[in-house]
Amino acid sequence: MASIVDPHRRLGPVSEMGLETPVREAKPAPDRFRNSLGKYQLYRSEDCAKCGTCVVTCSRGVNVRPEGYVDFVRGLDWRCTAEICKANGTYCVDKCPQKALRIEETPIYKSIGDYRWTADLILSAWHMAETGTVPDGELNYQTGASGGGFDRIELVFPDNGARTDPAEISTSIPLNRRGDNRPKVTIDIPVYGGGMSFGSVSPVTILSKARAATAWNTFSCTGEGGYIERLIPYKDHMITQVATGLFGVREETIQMAPIVEFKYAQGAKPGLGGHLLGDKNTSAVAAMREAVAGTSLFSPFPFHSVYSIEDHKKHVDWIKHVNPRALVSAKVSTPNDVDMVAVGSYYAGAHIVHLDGSYGGTGAAPDIAKKNIAMPIEYAIPKVARFLTDEGIRDHVTLIVSGGIRTAYDMAKAIALGADGVVIGTAEMVSLGCIRCGRCESGVGCARGIATTDPGMVSKMTVEWGTQRLINMHTAWREQLVDILSRFGMRDVKELRGRTDLLRHLDYE
Amino acid sequence: MPAKYHIHTKPAPPRKKPIGKYGIIDWREDCSACHNCVKRECAYSVYNDERDRLQRTIEYTDYLYECKGCLCCVQSCTKGLLSWDVNPEYLKMGDDVWTPDIISSNWYQSETGSVPVSGAGYPGPFRGPGFDSILTDMSEIVRPTRDGIHGREYISTSVDIGRKPMKLELNADGSIATNCPPIVEIPIPILFNARPWQKLGDSISGFILDTAKELGTFALTDQPDLASHPAAIPHIGATEDDALASGKPLAEWADSADVIDRIRQAKLSNPGLISIIKLPFGPNAAERAVELAQTGADVLHLFADWHGYTVSPLLPGEGPGVRSEHISIAIREVHQALVKAGIRDEITMIASGGIALPEQVVKSLLCGADLVSIDVPLMIALECRLCMNCRKELKCPVDLSEVNSDYAVQRMVNLMGAWHSQMLEMMGAMGIREARRLRGEAGRAMFFDDLERDCFGPIFGERRQVV
Repeated sequence: MASIVDPHRRLGPVSEMGLETPVREAKPAPDRFRNSLGKYQLYRSEDCAKCGTCVVTCSRGVNVRPEGYVDFVRGLDWRCTAEICKANGTYCVDKCPQKALRIEETPIYKSIGDYRWTADLILSAWHMAETGTVPDGELNYQTGASGGGFDRIELVFPDNGARTDPAEISTSIPLNRRGDNRPKVTIDIPVYGGGMSFGSVSPVTILSKARAATAWNTFSCTGEGGYIERLIPYKDHMITQVATGLFGVREETIQMAPIVEFKYAQGAKPGLGGHLLGDKNTSAVAAMREAVAGTSLFSPFPFHSVYSIEDHKKHVDWIKHVNPRALVSAKVSTPNDVDMVAVGSYYAGAHIVHLDGSYGGTGAAPDIAKKNIAMPIEYAIPKVARFLTDEGIRDHVTLIVSGGIRTAYDMAKAIALGADGVVIGTAEMVSLGCIRCGRCESGVGCARGIATTDPGMVSKMTVEWGTQRLINMHTAWREQLVDILSRFGMRDVKELRGRTDLLRHLDYE
Repeated sequence: MPAKYHIHTKPAPPRKKPIGKYGIIDWREDCSACHNCVKRECAYSVYNDERDRLQRTIEYTDYLYECKGCLCCVQSCTKGLLSWDVNPEYLKMGDDVWTPDIISSNWYQSETGSVPVSGAGYPGPFRGPGFDSILTDMSEIVRPTRDGIHGREYISTSVDIGRKPMKLELNADGSIATNCPPIVEIPIPILFNARPWQKLGDSISGFILDTAKELGTFALTDQPDLASHPAAIPHIGATEDDALASGKPLAEWADSADVIDRIRQAKLSNPGLISIIKLPFGPNAAERAVELAQTGADVLHLFADWHGYTVSPLLPGEGPGVRSEHISIAIREVHQALVKAGIRDEITMIASGGIALPEQVVKSLLCGADLVSIDVPLMIALECRLCMNCRKELKCPVDLSEVNSDYAVQRMVNLMGAWHSQMLEMMGAMGIREARRLRGEAGRAMFFDDLERDCFGPIFGERRQVV
C-alpha cells in the first residue's frame, strides 16, 4: 500500500505543533487585523473635557482611557451599538456634558457586503466568531437582503410564551437511517463543514475546520485535494471526498473515513468541473495531487464512469467494499429532476443525500454558472423532501442541504422545509475573516490568508485562532437553534424537520 | 466532425482609465510616518503600481480600477487612516438594465477574452426581472461530450439562417427533387447591429463588420456604402431601393405591406438571396409573424427596444411609450404562435434588443429564438460607458470615434470569445451539444414563477407579489 505523501511533513506532526486538543468552549478570539470593521465610528471633538462620563456610560467599552491616563486612546468603535444605547438611555453622545462626541455610520458599513451576505451578516458572523455569543440586535444576524428564499421566509413562533428548558433540548441528528449494519453515527449539531480541498484553501484553514468539527462532534470534509497527514488525528471527524478528478483518493484515506462523500456536482458550478488555477498549485499541492506544480488542475464533469443510477450504485458498492464501516454520502446539485436523483441515490445505497443549491459554494466558479445554473436550495428542499416522503423512504435516508446556509436561522428554516441537517462553507470562511471579495482564485489566492497556499499568505492565520473562531461560531449557532426550538416548545431538533406549518413566506397570502 | 470553431482572443488593454468599482479613501495628512506602511504589502501591488505609473505618467494612474476589495490595508494601517467605498462614479454608470456590473463585466471580457470567475458564491439578488427570472438546468450525471466542453468532441454553437423545407422529395433515381432554399450557417448564434448609436463616425460600423467577418458571422447595416462589405447584411427601409440586396447572400427589409412582393422581386435577380424581415415585438407581433411566415418569409427579425422591452405604440399627444413586456416573454409568444401555426421549423427567428450578457443569448434561444442580434455590448467592448453624451452632442469620455481598427476588432473579438466560452459552459451543464437544439427547449430552463408555484405553492399558498 502506498504511503500518504505529506508535503507538509516539514511542519512536523501534530504533537510537535504544540496544539492542544480542541475543546467545545467559547473563548475570545479577537479580529486578527489591527483595525476591526464595524457599523459605527466615534468622533471626539476638541471640546472633550476628559471627564470620563462616556467611559462609565458605555457598556461595550467603546470609549477607552487606560488606567491612570488623562487622555483617551483610539476607541473600540466596532463594538458600538448606538441604536440600542439610544433606546435604553446609555448613549454616550447624549450623556456627554460637553456634547463633544459624535457617532456616525462608517463608509465601510455602507459599502461591504452584497445582497446575500449583507454588511450586517458579515459583521454579526464576525461577532459570533469572536465572542461565541449571539449579537444583540443592533445588526440583523438572521437574514440577508436577496429578496427571496430564506430572506423572505420567517419562523412563526407561537405567542403563548411557553418555552422548553434549553438544557433539555437535543440538537443531535443521526446520519445513518438505513438500518443496515454500519455504524449509527450521530452528530451533536445538525451541521457539518463543507469540502474544501488542500489547494483551494490553506492547511491552516483545513485544520481549523477539522479541529472545530472534532470539538463539536461533527464533521469536516477533505474536498478534492487529498488527505494531509496533519488531519489524521482528526480522522474520526473527517469525510473523505471522492470527486471526478480523484485527486488524493487512496485506499487508506477511504478506509480511515467514517463517511465517504461522492461529489457528483457542486452548487457553485453545477454541471461544471472543478478547477484549480496554476498559481495556487504549489509544489506541496501538486505533490498531494500527484500532479505537476504550476499547472492548472481540472476535475472533469461528470464522473466518466457514471452515466446512470446503476453506475452510481457500482461506485457506492466499491466504497462499501473498501471500507465496511463507512457511511456513503452522495453530493449532488439541484437540477429540475433533483428529486429523482435523490431517490436514485438512496436506492443505490447512499446513507446521506446531500443537495448543494446553486447560490452557495465557496469555490471559484464562472460568474455565469453561479448566477444561472440550477435552482436555489430553498426550492430543492421541499421538492425532494416531498418526493422522498411519497416514495415512503423519508425516514431511511438523511437529507443534508447546503448552498446558501448563512445563519443559524437559515439552518432552522432549511430543517423546517424538510432537511435533516445542513452543510456550511461560506459561513465558516466569513468566521475566519473572509470579507467576500470573491478573489479566491486570482494569483496566489486569498489576500486575507484563508483560501491560499502561498506560505506568506498562509502565515496570516494560526490554527489555534481559526479553531477557536469556528468553535465560537458553532456555539453561537447552537444557542440560536436551541432558542428557536425552545420557543417552539420542542425538545429535539428532529421535531422541527418538515414543519413547514411553522414557516411563513412574506410574499404569500 | 467539422473543424472546431475557435475565437482567437488576446489581451487588449483599455485606452482610457476604466471606472472601477472600489476605492480606498486615504487621509494622508494624519499619517504618522510609522514606516510600517501596509500599502507596501498589498497582495495585489496596487499601490506600487500606482506609484510606478505616477512616476512614468504614461498610463492611467488610478488604482480605483485595480482594487480588489480585500480590505487588508484598511484593517492593518497603524492609525486606521484608510477607509473604503464603492466608487460613486461606478454606481452612476448605465441604468437598471445596463447595470454597472454588466458594463464592468463586459469591459473585463473585452480586455482579456476570459470568462469572469470569482469565489464565495453568488452575491446577487434571489431573482430579478426579465432574463433574471429564468434559470437554466443541468444534468447531474450525464453529459454529452466525452472530452470536456473544449475537447475534440466539441459543443457546436452553429445555427442556420434561412428557410428550411419540412421534407425532401426524391426523384426515381434517388436524387433530390425538392428545390432547397438557400441557407447560411454561422458559427455563433449572434449577429451584430452595425450602427447602434447615431452620432459616431462611420469607422466603427466598419470595425463591427470586420469583427463579424473575422468571427464568421454577419452584421446588419443601414448604411448603403457599407453594403458591399462581405459580412454586411444591408437593411432596406420601407422606401429604400431594393437594389441594395443585389449580389448579397442576406438582406433585411423593414416590414411593410408589400414586403413579400418586394422580396419576391429581389429574388428573381438574386436566387441565392435569404431575406430577413424586421418587425417589432409588441401586441401584434405574433399574428404578423405567422402571416409573414405563411406567405413565404425566410427569416423574421423581431426587435425590442435597447432595454429589452417591447414598447407600446404611442398615441398622438402621449409621452414616451411605456415599457410593457420583456423580450424573454415576447420571444416565447411569437415562438409559440409559430409552433401552433405548424410553421416554426420552416423559418428562422432572430431576436434583438437589450441582450447584454451571454446567459441572455442562451436564454433567448431557450425561449424560442434561433439566434440573436446585439449592439450595445459591442459599444461597451470599445469602453463605452453608456453616458449618452453622444446623444446630447457632448464630448465622448472615451473618444469612441477615434478608435483604431486593431484595437476595436480585437476588443469585440475578445468579448465574443468570452461569451462563446460561457455559452459552452451553460450548454455543457444542460447536456446540450448543439445550439440548434436550444431553440424553444423550455424544458431545460427553469422559470422562477414555476419554481415558486411548484415548490412553495403547496406550503405557502398563493403568491401575492410577483417581482
